[in-house]
Amino acid sequence: MADSNLLSIEDLAVHFPIGGGMFSKPQMLRAVDGVNLSIKPGESLGLVGESGCGKSTLALSILGLVDPTRGRVMLDGKAVGSEADRLEVARTVQMVFQDPYASLNPRQTVRRTLAAPLRLHGVSNEGEVADRVAEMLRQVGLRPDQADLYPHEFSGGQRQRIGIARALILKPKLVICDEPVSALDVSIRAQIINLLLELQAEMGLSYLMISHDLGVVEHMSDRVAVMYLGRIVETGGWREIFEQPRHPYTRALIAAIPDPLTRGLAREKARGEIPSPLNPPPGCTFNPRCPHATDHCRSAPPVLSPVDEGHLVSCWRAEEFAKEPA
Amino acid sequence: MKLRANLAIGGGLTLLSLFVGVFGPWLAHTHPIMDANLMNAELPPSGEFWFGTDQQGRDIFSRVMYGAQISLTVGIGSQLINTAIGTTLGVTAGYWGGWWDDFVNGLTNLMLAIPSLIFALAIMAILGPGLTSLMIALGLTNWSYTCRISRAQALAIKSQGYVQAARVLGYGDMRIMFTQILPNTLGPIIVIATLGMGGSILAEAALSFLGLGVRPPSPSWGSMLSDARETITTAPWLSLFPGLAIFLTVLGLNLLGDGLRDVLDPQSRSRR
Repeated sequence: MADSNLLSIEDLAVHFPIGGGMFSKPQMLRAVDGVNLSIKPGESLGLVGESGCGKSTLALSILGLVDPTRGRVMLDGKAVGSEADRLEVARTVQMVFQDPYASLNPRQTVRRTLAAPLRLHGVSNEGEVADRVAEMLRQVGLRPDQADLYPHEFSGGQRQRIGIARALILKPKLVICDEPVSALDVSIRAQIINLLLELQAEMGLSYLMISHDLGVVEHMSDRVAVMYLGRIVETGGWREIFEQPRHPYTRALIAAIPDPLTRGLAREKARGEIPSPLNPPPGCTFNPRCPHATDHCRSAPPVLSPVDEGHLVSCWRAEEFAKEPA
Repeated sequence: MKLRANLAIGGGLTLLSLFVGVFGPWLAHTHPIMDANLMNAELPPSGEFWFGTDQQGRDIFSRVMYGAQISLTVGIGSQLINTAIGTTLGVTAGYWGGWWDDFVNGLTNLMLAIPSLIFALAIMAILGPGLTSLMIALGLTNWSYTCRISRAQALAIKSQGYVQAARVLGYGDMRIMFTQILPNTLGPIIVIATLGMGGSILAEAALSFLGLGVRPPSPSWGSMLSDARETITTAPWLSLFPGLAIFLTVLGLNLLGDGLRDVLDPQSRSRR
């Protein structure tokens, strides 16, 4: 079968040994535990989940910076991992970081930040380097004559534009955006979101949009995957997810979006805190927080299975939530 | 502007000591060793002997001029060794972590626990007296502060977004350490190195005093100071002038280090 996906993740698991001294066995932290995902060229996938659910680890393994314990990550038809050519992976997938203040080296001018990767990746003609830097700055809405300034001379929104320029300078196919706007002022968020959408159309990019904010994901994603405790619990087109969420966790997340009409009267709330991934609860990992949990949920783990075309849910009671509006 | 004043005064004093260090033999009008004349012993400063003369009747001005060479060579040389060892160990330990970090930490603690002068004495005893072994001995014994600071800096910087971004862009470990981490640790390291230079000049004095540094007839500021110890009440100029030379050099280096740190940090430069 020809793989038309740009990114396909098959049964990916990343476990980290935690603690363990000379005489005790280390515990296994299951940061990512059996994830299947795919992104087609030009598509945006929103990855949603609260902090500690394994989103960042998933991103690191796509970037080839963390080796999978099990399963594999295929990027543009090639496996990503410690044996892969790091430079080739870097030219295929790049990342936009959350904090525009910490993600730019304070001692490098914008020109150096953008030109050094080009040189590292074999662009040796200085004229071409300068042209590409200027062109990239123009594309992200900065002036080419700002190239010789240092990061501290820019505002937060401008810095994030530089971060985006750095991610795109190698012309990658997939860009992982890790909370790209959550550190920015509300007034600037829309600008950055629009910039990302424009660049996607212009350069034919695919996005993996990581966020805990469903509002951002709603604007930017063709499909949405909801992650909980290292697993995908629900995935589907954004319309299905937002209009007919099946998993109680997704429903709780959507209910938590501030909405001027419902005045934040969330009908379903997830109780308590996310359990430790060192010691996940038996059965469905969401059961201790789920208002609909049954004894079955507490003993047998559900499997991600289709409920509609392209809409998969991992919940024993998904059928019961079928036509109920969230 | 305060920043520029630091740099100007520090740079001026440092240039002056370097100038004296290089051209001292031409500035001195008598030979620092051969022109001993007991008839002139312990004369106060005068038109003939600007800084006075010492117990053997040697011209102190000439000895200070010649001594600059030895003192500056020891100070700069040993700090270069210190900084090279300290930053290499510190940055790699902070960046790589793991067993290497444990090892470097252990070594640093060991170095901090042994009084550095005693350790330097032991090294000098093995290498024998002389300018080169003095530099090596002082260079091998004082890197622990640099190492501690650069390790802490590397540890803090490696979790910054820009280091991760560099990794995502395909940079190797060495390139990350050189282009991302090292430039951001430079500020405190320069300050420590310039402060340490003063310390090294004084430590050279101590070692020379114990007979393990520069051999007696050769003039170094440190050995001149320790020779002048007995006459500090009767002929204070014997200790005043070499002391003043050390003081001005160390002050100049510290101000220069301060100013350099400010200039090297783009964030302290004014906006456009």
